[in-house]
Amino acid sequence: MEPVAVVGVGMTAMRRERREDGYADLVYEAVRLALEDAGMTIDQVDNVVTVSNDFFDGRTISSMAVQDACGSYDKNVSTVEGDGTFGAFYGLMRILSGSFETTLVCAHHKGSESVMPLITNAMFDPVYERFLGVEAVTSSALQARAYMDRFGVSEEDCALVSVKNHANAFRNPLAQLPLELTVEEVMSSPYVAEPLKVLDCCPISDGASAVILASAERAEKITSKPVWVKGVAHCCDAYHLGDRDLSDVRALRDAARRAYSMAGISDPRREIDLVELYDAFSYMELMWLEGLGFCGPGEGGKLTASGSTAPEGEIPVNPSGGCLSGHPVLVAGLNRLIECVLQIRGEAGERQVDNVRTAVAHGINGPCGQSHCVWVLGGER
Amino acid sequence: MGKRVAVVGVGMTKQRSSRPDVNGQELINEAVRAALEDAGISRRDIDAVVIGNMDHFEGINYVDTWSVDGSGALMKPIMKLTTGGTTGTTVAMAAYYHVASGLFDRVLAIGWEKNSESDTTGAIITAFDPFWDRPIFAGAVAGLALEATQYMHLTGATEEDAAYVAVRERRHALNNPYAHLHINLTIEDVMNSPYLSWPVKMGDMCPRTDGACAVIFASEDVVDEFPNRPAWILAVADRHLWAYTSDPYVNQALENGWWFPALEWAAREVYDKVGIRDPLKEVDVAELYLPYSFAGLRYMESLGFCGRGEGPALVRSGATDMGGKCPVNPSGGVMSSNAIGATGLLRVAECALQIQGRAGDRQVPEVKIALATGFGGCFWSDVLLMGREMPEKPRG
Repeated sequence: MEPVAVVGVGMTAMRRERREDGYADLVYEAVRLALEDAGMTIDQVDNVVTVSNDFFDGRTISSMAVQDACGSYDKNVSTVEGDGTFGAFYGLMRILSGSFETTLVCAHHKGSESVMPLITNAMFDPVYERFLGVEAVTSSALQARAYMDRFGVSEEDCALVSVKNHANAFRNPLAQLPLELTVEEVMSSPYVAEPLKVLDCCPISDGASAVILASAERAEKITSKPVWVKGVAHCCDAYHLGDRDLSDVRALRDAARRAYSMAGISDPRREIDLVELYDAFSYMELMWLEGLGFCGPGEGGKLTASGSTAPEGEIPVNPSGGCLSGHPVLVAGLNRLIECVLQIRGEAGERQVDNVRTAVAHGINGPCGQSHCVWVLGGER
Repeated sequence: MGKRVAVVGVGMTKQRSSRPDVNGQELINEAVRAALEDAGISRRDIDAVVIGNMDHFEGINYVDTWSVDGSGALMKPIMKLTTGGTTGTTVAMAAYYHVASGLFDRVLAIGWEKNSESDTTGAIITAFDPFWDRPIFAGAVAGLALEATQYMHLTGATEEDAAYVAVRERRHALNNPYAHLHINLTIEDVMNSPYLSWPVKMGDMCPRTDGACAVIFASEDVVDEFPNRPAWILAVADRHLWAYTSDPYVNQALENGWWFPALEWAAREVYDKVGIRDPLKEVDVAELYLPYSFAGLRYMESLGFCGRGEGPALVRSGATDMGGKCPVNPSGGVMSSNAIGATGLLRVAECALQIQGRAGDRQVPEVKIALATGFGGCFWSDVLLMGREMPEKPRG
């Protein structure tokens, strides 16, 4: 793969409700921030990929609402419906094709205007599954139970993730839910869907974010701190929950294997300095760590308990506070990517981890992490 | 440098008003199996899948992950794109960029819709801004009626001129066994059909259809593996200019001489890339997303096939009929079949068949250059130029 870099990033604050802002306002804010960060004007961007979801927005052709705000006027533009990491992947390919030199990718979400159980229920088969009431939280509870039963992982193991990530959020001014928690407090929070408790679950959030990707030649002119795409891949598992082994993360392993191979990484735990992954629920951080090859199957809990994934640990995971501390859907994966960029640049403020050279960002699509996208980013071309 | 990209396989379902015998995944699977068979490969050979439709028609969220049993994307990368009416061409362009990037050699593009399961107009209404547009624009027909009215006012075109296009599309569809509407209409039939929103009548409008289309895109490195002659993508471009449906009618665009900037700018971009100066002469066949009859007049002008206001004379001359200088929509086009998410991709598939000389009764002789367009959203446009000869360099 020819070298492509992230040259500009912008994130709005993640908040429970940004009543005063519509989709276009949020996108405009994120795009402005990304352009400012890159020191570019919108005229210097030669194509755009927007990311949105018609269900969450309650609008057919949801991308229509943000065409003005993202500055796509008289540019080639397209729309990916899925996590922001997938949108960025399309933006990257448009540059690799040789047709474009700079791609702006933006994503938006207003959970405050969505009805999450209804909208995520619509992910499931309309004839055989929907009437069961299964949606994002209950399906994830099934996955958590399958995973915990298979490997003997306890609810306390998962609660540790929540304690860590909410504490990390205190150092991220854009995070929605910085919380000082103990494992006991997580354990005594009410069940939403057993074994998931309130404090195991991500909040509902409003937010937007944007990144600007550029070809090598352009990137080095735009910024002195380009962050390079070293490897990226995605992979999708079976659809029906009953067709999957929910305790297994084969699609993530496959995506990670291909992304690592592009990046020339053979020992992720040694060669990767930081991870921002999609922890919509606390148990997910453990499973995704295993899928990403940072520990063996069922060992995520031990790795977390050892302190290795804390900001000062051997492999810091979600020093931003992760999705547990702010979860605008679709935006969330793009925020993982942006956090890795800031860390590699050494511009992550109070949440900065020392000496981050290579970082992994991760996003998911569909129920229970059916589809995974893995990015490896690095400071050196 | 990117890779050059060709279409090497095409599959489509018969377009029908209702397919109660299959669910969405099964409908998709029909097209996918046909495309794989056409390309002489199996699911295992596909490196990545892109899929598109409009969520609110079938009420299925995350269609990419839902589709796996039908699309064959199990343990493969799959990505969903959606841009309204342009979805099918958007998916084709995404498949193009997947391959052109050099990351994937064989990419499966899928567009589909099962409009029989939808309240099509109800879903389209939600595309419009809830405060400013929704009270005025009730679904797809109203915006088009406004465009038609403006066009008639500016050029003196008549309803009969438009009816000529409606008749041509349905006549061409008789040659296409996959088309939804097989009806032999006269201009009188169209003129006597009931008004939906003046001046647009039932006979001027596209139907709503169940259907799927699958197209296999391959890199220059692997095209020799396939039995079919490659249909090369010469250039692609799009403009999705506006956010509000009232925007296209602002005087500023007219004063600047732009009638349909999204289509005009996208077309100019692909013509410039390929070096097309006189499309009427140089393009051998066009498969255009004409959702209603007036588009068949006005869009010919925006695409540079004739001057402003000359659309009616052009189509009445027979230039766009089978046997004319540049036949438009030998397949019968959108006015004969409109499974919305599939519609744009069908335009690309039909162009590929024409270039490959495999279009059966609807074949136009000696097609070297073919033009496909997508229309949707807020008067948005996607344009693709395809050709028989491999381009000198990638220039998507």
